[in-house]
Amino acid sequence: MSSPAALLDLSQSLVDRARPGEQIEVATSHSTSTTVRAYRQEVESFTTATSAAIGVRVIDGGRVGYASAGSLDREVIDELLEQARSNARFAEPDEHVGLAEPDGVEPTLFERFSEALADVTSDEKIAIAFEVERRVRAADARITGVRTAAYGDSTVAFALASTTGIAFAERATSASVSVHALAADGDRTMSGGAGDAAADPAGLDLDGVVERAVRQAVDLIGASKPKSGPVSLVLDPRVSSSILGVIAGTLTGGRIVKGRSPFIDRVGELIASPLLTLSDDPLDRDALGATSHDGEGLACRPVRLITNGVLDGFLFDAYTARRFGTASTASAQRGARSLPSPGAHVLSMPAGASGSLDDLIAGVDHGIYVFGLAGFHSGINPVSGDLSLGVDGRMIRNGVLAEPISEATVGSTLQRMLLGITHVGSDRTYLPGGTVCPSMVIGDVMLSGD
Amino acid sequence: MTPDAPTLLIDTDLIERVLTTARGDGAEFAEIFVEDVRSEGITLDDGRIENLATSRDRGAGIRVLAGSKTGFAHTSDLTESGLLAAARAAAESARITPASLDGERIEVRFQPVEAAAIARRPESVDTDAKVALLRRANDAARAHHDAITQVSASYADTRRRILVANSDGLLATDDQTRTRFAVNCVATGDTGLQTGSESVGNTVGFELFDTVDVDRLATEAADRAITKLAARPAPSGTLPVVIGPGSGGVLFHEACGHGLEADLVAKGASVFAGRLGELVASPLVTLIDDGTMPGEWGNVAIDDEGQPAARNVLIENGVLVNYMWDAQRARTEGRESSGNGRRQSYRHLPMVRMTNTYLAGGTSDPADIIAGVDYGVYVARLGGGQVDTGSGDFVFGMTEAYLIENGEITSPLREGQLIGNGPKVLQLIDAVGNDFGMGGPGTCGKDGQGVPVGDGVPTLRVKEMTIGGTAA
Repeated sequence: MSSPAALLDLSQSLVDRARPGEQIEVATSHSTSTTVRAYRQEVESFTTATSAAIGVRVIDGGRVGYASAGSLDREVIDELLEQARSNARFAEPDEHVGLAEPDGVEPTLFERFSEALADVTSDEKIAIAFEVERRVRAADARITGVRTAAYGDSTVAFALASTTGIAFAERATSASVSVHALAADGDRTMSGGAGDAAADPAGLDLDGVVERAVRQAVDLIGASKPKSGPVSLVLDPRVSSSILGVIAGTLTGGRIVKGRSPFIDRVGELIASPLLTLSDDPLDRDALGATSHDGEGLACRPVRLITNGVLDGFLFDAYTARRFGTASTASAQRGARSLPSPGAHVLSMPAGASGSLDDLIAGVDHGIYVFGLAGFHSGINPVSGDLSLGVDGRMIRNGVLAEPISEATVGSTLQRMLLGITHVGSDRTYLPGGTVCPSMVIGDVMLSGD
Repeated sequence: MTPDAPTLLIDTDLIERVLTTARGDGAEFAEIFVEDVRSEGITLDDGRIENLATSRDRGAGIRVLAGSKTGFAHTSDLTESGLLAAARAAAESARITPASLDGERIEVRFQPVEAAAIARRPESVDTDAKVALLRRANDAARAHHDAITQVSASYADTRRRILVANSDGLLATDDQTRTRFAVNCVATGDTGLQTGSESVGNTVGFELFDTVDVDRLATEAADRAITKLAARPAPSGTLPVVIGPGSGGVLFHEACGHGLEADLVAKGASVFAGRLGELVASPLVTLIDDGTMPGEWGNVAIDDEGQPAARNVLIENGVLVNYMWDAQRARTEGRESSGNGRRQSYRHLPMVRMTNTYLAGGTSDPADIIAGVDYGVYVARLGGGQVDTGSGDFVFGMTEAYLIENGEITSPLREGQLIGNGPKVLQLIDAVGNDFGMGGPGTCGKDGQGVPVGDGVPTLRVKEMTIGGTAA
């Protein structure tokens, strides 16, 4: 694998070719990865891969041009700078366009890199996938199969250099496991999926993955369509994080400056229940999304989004910040092959005072303990805020879990759901997607079934 | 030696050496998939051409099958040493000892398949002409109505050249060009913001715009957003649903398409497993997957395992007659691939995927289908969807929908999802119209891989489905 330092040299060598008045930014990455998929205690597939990527952004007279490639071959790289320059000629100038300028904030340097990953053998990786599959099958007599059990890992080096003086390189490792359990239910097969991620295999919570996949599949056996009507939703930290992710998307600079968010012009106003406080906390090293630099090379820093229900502000990269008349919050996200755009690195919500998930369930008269929500890409309009999602889970009656339900939806708007948070749990959890949040209860959501 | 495949980067001699190395001392099958993709995308947003991005991606994926094991390695290094290293890695991943090149060598023979004819290669069209289309769409949408406060539009073309060769002696190539255009509008009113979009995409070149009027596309997107400003919340609960022609094909993609993929069937992860020959749908339903429909978005000359694309009838007059197959699953079952082995890129293993999936046209007059509903929902336009193939439960988004009252289309409805159970919904289809149409370009996701797919339906009616609205 190319070292971060070698990638930085490569990026810098292209940046050094800038002409007077021209801004150039070059991102490069190189990675190695392994994926094992197990099926019936055999290796269904074992994938070994190396990947390289480069993206070149040229800005000239307020015009952006971009070119990228999935290769670091000299011949490919040599074409790219010229292509990016040529592409810039077609963009229309915008005075706010420009690379990030170092802003004096010193980076808090750390890396999510495990030396141990390099010593994990192929057999040990296969053994993890086998173990998860075996344990899911053995966990409950009602489990009839496992669609896939997979282990994957990667080691990535990334470097970014620009004519504004940005120059940094980093490396990271990650390992992940996932399993999809099947439980027969008459003609139907109920499924439960779960996964975890960490910097290396030792950090993976296999017990939790097995338990969640099995419980989700078997707990849905006998599920039927519920009656329509208003309900409260009890969301565990995983489901909460998926909703918070959508909320954070509506608070990103691109949506704000281009008029595509229901929360434009709402800074300082109460947009959520006073129980909700939300921030981006990229320097929380325990979180999987923690990072010292954003995608434009600025030092990451905490950003307050919502405090006790009041909207504090938005997530900006360099361009959207200039357009909004403020400074970048170092929220640029990008890979080597994509243009940066703002987003949260580590979406973070503090623990509440309402106890465990069980306590939250016990406090609900009529509601649903949600196992999963389906259809995020088609069921949420982040511009209008309209929301309608497929739901499965178990009914809650007078604080007690009742029958499982499926083939139903829950409908509301993002605006109403934010205001409808009635309880926040004390079980703040670090999640594999990078978010850190507790369970919560959202009241007055419309359940559609029969 | 056989003649070299046209237009590709790797000569036959090297292909044969890579395959021989990968098959090693005992694999049943070795395959090399080489891909070279160039694409150009231009976006207009907020009134100006925001950027033009070009990208290039090329590499090879090498697959080795030994017993029930699959070894796979991919590399962006297409030199001889890079490919041979990947071949060895793939073999070792399948627990096979890679072969030295002294022994018996695999020979491949080029089997020409005609790639789709492209009248105007997008890469030879001036960028100014592409930019002009975006400006026209922006101007048309904004001029259409004062309530339109934001417009974005995108143009993209992709040329994907592939080569597949395997230890059975196959060597095949394809040259796939796709061109796409999309417009997205935001309308602002007293009720807040609403969005409307419209897109078109085909496996054709720039001749797409000989027949597609981007002004019309833009005004349709604008109208969709404006209509929704006056929309009322969708009802919640179970009602009759009429689905309009075109984009409604996603219903079948989700309700049963995925469940008819042989890999999911074999793993017991499909509600349609073991039901061949049974009546699984209303007799009005004939469902076809067809990768040979000229110009359609899911069209290919060969699939990503080198099999010619085919037209496969899946459900005929309600009876399940076939699943969709890739080469590996077909090999296990001792049958032929149906040409449905596809992959997102050389970095991915192929699996069973749909191409263009559609419900054949029926005989009913669409007006009569609507007139037969006292109180229900007319869905003019569907968005994406998602299915749990095991239970058959699926959802998909209504991006343009209206109430039907006393047999007539009345108030526009806000967005919501429809939810249903595939096997149940298929039985509940009680009318199929004579107005078949294909929908817009789609990307189907499965196990983290996205591939271009098409779908289509005529107007059809489902006796009852659950509408995920917010009104009581």
